[in-house]
Amino acid sequence: MSRDQAQGKTAHRLSPARVLDIDPLLDDPETRIVVCCGSGGVGKTTTAAALGLRAAERGRKVVVLTIDPARRLAQSMGIDSLDNTPRRVKGIDDSARGELHAMMLDMKRTFDEIVEAHADPERASAILSNPFYQSLSAGFAGTQEYMAMEKLGQLRARDEWDLIVVDTPPSRSALDFLDAPKRLGSFLDGKLIRVLLAPAKVGGRAGMKFLNVGMSMMTGALGKLLGGQLLKDVQTFVAAMDSMFGGFRTRADATYKLLQAPGTAFLVVAAPERDALREAAYFVERLAAENMPLAGLVLNRVHGSGAAHLSAERALAAAENLEEPRIVDQDGGKAGLRNSPDTYGSSESPASPSAPRTASDQGADSPGSPGTDRLTAGLLRLHAERMHLLSREQRTRDRFASLHPEVAVTEVGALPGDVHDLTGLRDIGDRLAANRPELPEVSDD
Amino acid sequence: MSRLQVVSGKGGTGKTTVAAALALALATAGKRTLLVEVEGRQGIAQLFETEALPYEERKIAVAAGGGEVYALAIDPELALLDYLQMFYKLGSAGRALKKLGAIDFATTVAPGLRDVLLTGKACEAVRRKDRSGRFVYDYVVMDAPPTGRVTRFLNVNDEVAGLARIGPIHNQAQAVMRVLKSPETAVHLVTLLEEMPVQETADGIAELRAARLPVGRVIVNMVRPEVLDADEVELVRNVGRSSVARSLSAAGLGGARRGGHAERLVDPLLRQAEEYAERHALEQEQRAVLGGLELPLHELPLHAEGMDLAGLYELATELRKQGIA
Repeated sequence: MSRDQAQGKTAHRLSPARVLDIDPLLDDPETRIVVCCGSGGVGKTTTAAALGLRAAERGRKVVVLTIDPARRLAQSMGIDSLDNTPRRVKGIDDSARGELHAMMLDMKRTFDEIVEAHADPERASAILSNPFYQSLSAGFAGTQEYMAMEKLGQLRARDEWDLIVVDTPPSRSALDFLDAPKRLGSFLDGKLIRVLLAPAKVGGRAGMKFLNVGMSMMTGALGKLLGGQLLKDVQTFVAAMDSMFGGFRTRADATYKLLQAPGTAFLVVAAPERDALREAAYFVERLAAENMPLAGLVLNRVHGSGAAHLSAERALAAAENLEEPRIVDQDGGKAGLRNSPDTYGSSESPASPSAPRTASDQGADSPGSPGTDRLTAGLLRLHAERMHLLSREQRTRDRFASLHPEVAVTEVGALPGDVHDLTGLRDIGDRLAANRPELPEVSDD
Repeated sequence: MSRLQVVSGKGGTGKTTVAAALALALATAGKRTLLVEVEGRQGIAQLFETEALPYEERKIAVAAGGGEVYALAIDPELALLDYLQMFYKLGSAGRALKKLGAIDFATTVAPGLRDVLLTGKACEAVRRKDRSGRFVYDYVVMDAPPTGRVTRFLNVNDEVAGLARIGPIHNQAQAVMRVLKSPETAVHLVTLLEEMPVQETADGIAELRAARLPVGRVIVNMVRPEVLDADEVELVRNVGRSSVARSLSAAGLGGARRGGHAERLVDPLLRQAEEYAERHALEQEQRAVLGGLELPLHELPLHAEGMDLAGLYELATELRKQGIA
């Protein structure tokens, strides 16, 4: 992971309209929440962890809230035990007096805690043992978003940390959690909840009588549909939760406002690929529509080349030059003629038509040997592939930049493998803050 | 061959692409497949280069050999009305429920119900027959939620059957589970040759098996071509810099002397080769892990330029060649 890539002259391969400076963002005591969002598989969780570590080593008291970390990443931070409480991460450099805490969201535990905190013990145990509640809380699509929102609110309310870094749920609709308060609100303001609560509220004001008749009819229909037992479970659940729903909504609204506040910074994480950047553009637009403060785009897995001045076309032509004599040999034809004018000057053993050679019967390292030529041709093909990748990445980035010139960008170079220790996270943090691809550009011609 | 083919995979592995290619591959002469999208992303429409799909089964492609591919993007709200329709003639009552907010509740606030509707709709398509008693679709391919959620998603009706112990919902839930847990269904997992997706695949298989859901195949997507073979990778580590410089020079890339153009290319090119070797070794490790899963394993090549309609047809051909379809 500590590849020697960061050396060499720095060259801005792309010039986004704005460059995202990570360190000032992390150092600013006004920054209290950083939310990492983006589609799946772009390194969101790793980015969140790396940002948390960096902020902590720069002196802040940080908690990282991850949703579904890869096992080894979680282990590296010591949070593979799932207990829904922030744990202090050991092994960080605390010379700047910072702290790093990390936790993994346990949806069911979070839901249970809300119930326990906001209902008297008798009611709480009725809710916790309700079959409908047990299914709902165990985590279907969507529950995660609510609970992530709730947990963020809780962490912020405890005021024990001066920076909270949040990783968002891995669902495609990673911004669903923004909808949570609104959905809850429309449910609570809707009539359904009154239908469900109807049996508990019979005998209300006289003016409600007509409504109640309608409602019991509706309850009857629901009962027929759901089966009496399930309806009873749902009703018991809703009745038991009734007193808590209000608090739910208040807290969800508060968290939503917190996300809009100046102390929050959203980072959209993406890779320089068409689909990932299309998603990133969607996030950018959505955040703007919700008045959520976007700090910028983290572009992971950007490739570079130390030999970027050698074009793919030239590399391929050169590779063909090296391979041509052998191809002719195999055809049993004439001696190969290499295209390049200085070929004969530097090639010590021109191919002989009568004796085709392979890498194995030649000293691999003998100068100009077919073995080396073959390898060199391979190196050139590899380079051509890299250059094609570079230009594709460049095109997708340019497209994003022209659609969203206002978005500041920082780039992180591609690594060959996954990160699973603090050293690796620290390295990513360095790359995030260096805000340039770690590509030594060979000055040429 | 199972009639319901469920395709899952970690985010970013290209499961929608694989599902679409599979639907094309299964649509051999005279056959009809339905490709179902459950996550409301319109990924299928993008792949097939058509406008956004409505909640309606519509023909989107003719496969090589003449089979037909239909697509359906399931809208949970409309699926709920469909579902209610199955039990009652709910014309105006459906609208009343909507007014009450019951539909919003069912599809968003009680998210589990959303999964019930989505799986229910897919199973309905699997079982549907025309007047002559023939299945309307020979195969249904589902672009399912990601690996981390797929077991819970497919198993939701078990939970519902436990909650609603009698009545039409109970019966419907059981009928869906009968399809999902039978050999009629196969759940395929798409992965990349990278550590996290492979780990998630192994975990996902364990979860599916624990839930007694039928695991199908593992499909490794976006496999990079081999540019350097094993001998060459070995050579990269001990080749002499000067001999590479001479080769480069021989190929017409400038002088091999110290400071010459060819000579200055050697280090960056070798570094790229080392990166390749490192990644290659990691990929081999992951291949070995996948091999240990003891499931049929398939590999699909990377389409470096990004996936388009032509690429999709190529993947379908590849799937047929590998005997998946």
